[in-house]
Amino acid sequence: MRRRAPRDVRAPRALRGLRARLIAACVAVAVLAAATASWASAASASNSLLRSTQQRIAETAARRITDTAPALVYPPDTDDLRKIRDALDGPVVVTYESLRVHAGETAAITEQLRTAVHGGEHLALQRVDSATGMKLLVGVPVLITGVDGQQRPSGIEVYLVRDLGDVVRQVNALTRNAIWTSALALPVAVLLALLAARGVLRPVRELRGTARKLAAGDLDARLRPSGADELAELATTFNDTAASLQSSISELARMEADSRRFVADVAHELRTPLTTLTSVAEMLEEDLERMPSDARASIELAIAETRRLTSLVEDLMEIARFDAGAAQPHLERVDMPGVVRECLRSRSWTEQVRLDSPEELAAVLDRRRLDVIVANLVGNALRHGEPPVVVRLSADEQEVHLEVIDNGPGLPEGGAAQLFDRFYKADSSRGRSAGSGLGMAITAENVWLHGGTIEAGNADGAGARFAVRLPRWSEET
Amino acid sequence: MAQILLIEDDQSIRTSLALALGRHGHEIREAGTGEDGLRMLASAEPDVVVLDLMLPGMDGFEVCRRIRAKSAVPVIMLTARGDDFDVVGGLEAGADDYVIKPVQPRVLDARIRAVLRRGTFAEQTQSGRYRDLTIDRAALTVTKGDQQLALTPTELRVLLELSRSPGQVLSRMQLLELVWEYDYLGDSRLVDNCVQRLRAKIEDEPARPVFVQTVRGFGYRFGPV
Repeated sequence: MRRRAPRDVRAPRALRGLRARLIAACVAVAVLAAATASWASAASASNSLLRSTQQRIAETAARRITDTAPALVYPPDTDDLRKIRDALDGPVVVTYESLRVHAGETAAITEQLRTAVHGGEHLALQRVDSATGMKLLVGVPVLITGVDGQQRPSGIEVYLVRDLGDVVRQVNALTRNAIWTSALALPVAVLLALLAARGVLRPVRELRGTARKLAAGDLDARLRPSGADELAELATTFNDTAASLQSSISELARMEADSRRFVADVAHELRTPLTTLTSVAEMLEEDLERMPSDARASIELAIAETRRLTSLVEDLMEIARFDAGAAQPHLERVDMPGVVRECLRSRSWTEQVRLDSPEELAAVLDRRRLDVIVANLVGNALRHGEPPVVVRLSADEQEVHLEVIDNGPGLPEGGAAQLFDRFYKADSSRGRSAGSGLGMAITAENVWLHGGTIEAGNADGAGARFAVRLPRWSEET
Repeated sequence: MAQILLIEDDQSIRTSLALALGRHGHEIREAGTGEDGLRMLASAEPDVVVLDLMLPGMDGFEVCRRIRAKSAVPVIMLTARGDDFDVVGGLEAGADDYVIKPVQPRVLDARIRAVLRRGTFAEQTQSGRYRDLTIDRAALTVTKGDQQLALTPTELRVLLELSRSPGQVLSRMQLLELVWEYDYLGDSRLVDNCVQRLRAKIEDEPARPVFVQTVRGFGYRFGPV
């Protein structure tokens, strides 16, 4: 009943298994969550950083411009514009109408910004990427307070260029941190996934191992259910299944053992009356001449049937011994051709059977069982085939080969398989004269007991061919 | 021809075997239990005991052991199974031979005659002396030191055959033919068991035999001493 599981020749199991899928899912979820969280926080931190920096720059610029405003004469001249310029550090452009003073690198100032500031009352901001990094452009329209207390654009416009390099570096650092956080989440996630996978997979692995044990015939194999989750339920269900399987198999085994014991007991009990019948038959046989002819015919029948019954019971007993595992080979050194010759001589088959064998061939075998094997195979060949029957012996260092070939029609197609079954009669029309129907089964059992093999087939150009191989030098008992 | 004690619990078998063996010229006394058999054995010693192993009450093995404790009378077992357990157990209990039920009376008769012959034919040769073991082939006695040994006819015959030419190996098959008069299908366990019992009686250390030595894969030989 043991079958080897077919080997997987698809992708390696590691890539398709439950474990891989579990880990992949866990890692994906964990990394995605970590990345999302860190990116979101990095982004919001970057934004607020930028905003606060811009605000600070703008406020500083506005305050300084406001501080210089009272000192200005209106309409301003270039000197006034210079005063404003000098109040502010960094690159700056101050314009009024067509007047223009500047300091530092101010090429970055855009037309957009000018348009936004021009004629307006509000400070304008613009971020630009230039070759030298991220810049903040601030445009401030200078307002003057009129006599009526109203603030009006004075026409003076101040443009500043501020470097945002520091801020950008900080933002970059935040981004890097986010990346690192996501990256660090990966091994942690894998570790967690492995732990989770183990928690799920260990029961699954145990289930597989236990199922294998059951399949291999260890009916006591059970799982240890632990916890109260679905896996524990599965384990409980599995154990219940195994238990019911075990009880039905044990029941079957018990019934089989019972029926075998019954056969053995029946055969055993039959021997007692058969012993009496055999004695009586022998005495009657001696007196046959003195009997009237009708009684003689009856007695001859009774004698013949007694012998058949005896051989049937003998064969049943023999099979029962194999079934009970009580059959033991008595190994001794035998001369195989000698045993075969004696087997043929004692059954008066020497005329119909040709022995093809080396002069001497020693082996360590069970002499009586070898005799049974030869007698059954040759008897079968003489019954179902045609003489001459050939018995061929040969050997190498490890094995002896015994072949029995007849000259009959050979085995029917597909007949070889059932040939060693019990009570298999090759030819149903042959009826009851052929023997007990156990002869070939007993032959096969005797071969197997030696650890040998037996094969049935057809010989080239001849009839049926039976080939027995037996180990040559078993350890003597 | 011979006095036979048949110990068998089945009435029909007893009757039919007694009738059939009677035709072969034997005189049969019957016992239905082992206990009865032992009692009859005490009153008059038969030439051969034919003993069924499956007896109610005291089983055949025990009966055989008790017979052996006080007598060298040949015992032939009737085994209801050819089972190893029965055969080996019976031989260890001291039986000389066995037949399997259902037995043909003429086969049983042949076994009885064979076992009877073992205790009879004396030889013309003088006795041989090997260390402290003296085998008198004419008187059919064996002495160790100054003790005469109580060997069964079968044990004696095995010893006589082996010591006929000391140092020469006899195979189990040859011994089966010479002593038990079996053809090639004789059971070699008969020989092995008998040799064990013989060693227990004649060797100083049965586990390290000097007189009856095993030649692995071939058989047994006497000495050389």
